[in-house]
Amino acid sequence: MDMTETHQCVLAAVADGLPFSPSPYADIGRQVGVDEETVIAMLSDMLESGTIKRLGLVARHRELGYRANAMVVWDVADELVDAVGQRMGAVDFVTLCYRRTRRPPDWPYNLFSMIHGRDRATVLAQVDELTRLPGLTDVPRSVLFSSRRFKQRGARYARPPVPA
Amino acid sequence: MEDLGRHLLDHYQRGFPLSPRPYAEVAQHLGVTEEDVIGALETLSREGAIARLGAVVRPGAMGAGTLAAMAVPDERIDEVTALVNGYHEVNHNYEREHRLNLWFVVIAADRARLDAVLADIKQCTGLDVIDLPMEKEYHLDLGFALKWT
Repeated sequence: MDMTETHQCVLAAVADGLPFSPSPYADIGRQVGVDEETVIAMLSDMLESGTIKRLGLVARHRELGYRANAMVVWDVADELVDAVGQRMGAVDFVTLCYRRTRRPPDWPYNLFSMIHGRDRATVLAQVDELTRLPGLTDVPRSVLFSSRRFKQRGARYARPPVPA
Repeated sequence: MEDLGRHLLDHYQRGFPLSPRPYAEVAQHLGVTEEDVIGALETLSREGAIARLGAVVRPGAMGAGTLAAMAVPDERIDEVTALVNGYHEVNHNYEREHRLNLWFVVIAADRARLDAVLADIKQCTGLDVIDLPMEKEYHLDLGFALKWT
């Protein structure tokens, strides 16, 4: 799918959140300078192509009682990381799973997984469960609990939305 | 939390209707009114239970992004956080229990602008900023299954 400037503007608007008004897509269309039908068609295309992963409520875990948020990082051999990552990403309590660039010596870890739990003990038990996955038993890892959240909002396109 | 709010959290983290009156469509499914749905969403939003109702975008679709980490001395955490949060390219920022204690996501129109933001933070704080760009994503985001207790 080709992403036009208009797609980017529509995407930026829905990433920020739909207005709680009866016709939110028409409202976004007015902001961006296209009609409601076009907004809906573009969103449908972007959902189908995977540019938009999901459209719906974005929960704030902490406010919903999931106070223990851990980023669990692993140093997995390059030739194994994709297989291990796929397995880890499929585990139901893993909310995000990525491979990122290592920065030795500061940062040796290449596989990142996020776990949101009600308390630390539960999350640590879940980390233990992950270490039993094939390929993760003796892998160096670190568990980084978050202590404070300073900012959370949708990704924002860096250029201000302008009509195409 | 009210039942309608819970129901919305359980069933509408994905697949929100793409129709001209989406709140009315949701309302019809649930046997309530459009005003009820909008009211429940406003309450969830006001109470902070949801950040928004919107799109979760595939990384990379909105430009260049990275996860950045810094080791900030405790006495400077407020000052550095205020500076980092001031960039509109920064959309998540967490303190974590590690030597690298400040973790934030930066999304910019392109890699050049992203590099400029990171360099700027480095220069303004005199602290190193570790840049950890994503290489691959393994998780299909279907929303978060809440276990109500």
